[in-house]
Amino acid sequence: MLTKLHGSKRTQLGLGLAAGFGFGFLLEKGGVARYDVIIGQLLLTDFTVLKIMLSAAVTGMLGVYLLRSLGLARLHPKPGSWGMTAVGGLIFGLGFATLGYCPGTISAAVGQGWLDALVGGLGGILLGAGLFASMYPRLRAGILAKGRFKSLTFPELFKVNPWVVVLPAAALIAAFLYWLESRGL
Amino acid sequence: MDLLTMGRWSPYAVGIGIGVLSWLTFILSDKPIGCSTAFARTSGMIERLLRGNKVLEKAYYKEFAPRIDWEWMLVFGIILGSFTSAKLSGQFKLDWVPSVWEAAFGPQPVTRVAVALLGGVLLGFGARWAGGCTSGHGISGTLQLAVSSWLAAICFFIGGIAAAFFIFRVLG
Repeated sequence: MLTKLHGSKRTQLGLGLAAGFGFGFLLEKGGVARYDVIIGQLLLTDFTVLKIMLSAAVTGMLGVYLLRSLGLARLHPKPGSWGMTAVGGLIFGLGFATLGYCPGTISAAVGQGWLDALVGGLGGILLGAGLFASMYPRLRAGILAKGRFKSLTFPELFKVNPWVVVLPAAALIAAFLYWLESRGL
Repeated sequence: MDLLTMGRWSPYAVGIGIGVLSWLTFILSDKPIGCSTAFARTSGMIERLLRGNKVLEKAYYKEFAPRIDWEWMLVFGIILGSFTSAKLSGQFKLDWVPSVWEAAFGPQPVTRVAVALLGGVLLGFGARWAGGCTSGHGISGTLQLAVSSWLAAICFFIGGIAAAFFIFRVLG
């Protein structure tokens, strides 16, 4: 692994900016800087968001697990629990539909000129994140710790070689995308 | 270059591009793509400007220091990248009210901005509660086959679909 590069702070800030530029460029070209496209996904009339997310997941999964097998990358799976992940995920979902953007796509929406995103949405996200930071000490020992997951990843959970999960998962996602297209969605 | 000036690319081309980009961030920066922590850090930076250094004593900001890091630069880069793409294709336009919203709730910017603010609060709060967003859990976590991320992504869509149907099929 490129540990020397990883430790170079200034270079990393530049690499973060470059990765963001590429990500924002792709999100805009994909149409997901638009409220209408994201709401279309949540109303199940336009599957652009899911197509982008799932094709990114398949591509990323095959490449990152290969890099890991070659010793060029390590994983950073996030810990979670039912109280943290499921409850937080549902609250996020309510916000996702009410705002019509998520933290990544709202940044792309700002770049495309959407002022509802810049004036309303960004301010709201900052307020919400600050509110969570204030409540964190009380939540941490309570609901966030409820039903903690013992395994970080599915290969760990099933106690198998990662490729035993990666290949079927990639095939299932590809089959689901093929099915979406065959239904004309 | 017609490709750069096109308004839309196939979602599969975009998804594959994001997947390849994530290989690069894993190799070059040892980091998965994610966005919501940057908002928490920014919130801490603003609070620090208003209330001083005692903000740094908060338990949350001891774990997520309010400073500019790789991910913060990534979020800033998204704005620049999207702006560049939109300018190249002529899609850049200052606007307050998206057309799907306007068709259901009218053209007044103030209602749209107020609801966006409320949605933003829920989104920022929920993202930090769940420990990630549609990028960090939805793409980067699912590609790592993380248990938490697959559950989070499913819950994002359950909550999102339920709320969207309520907003547009009951209220709208």
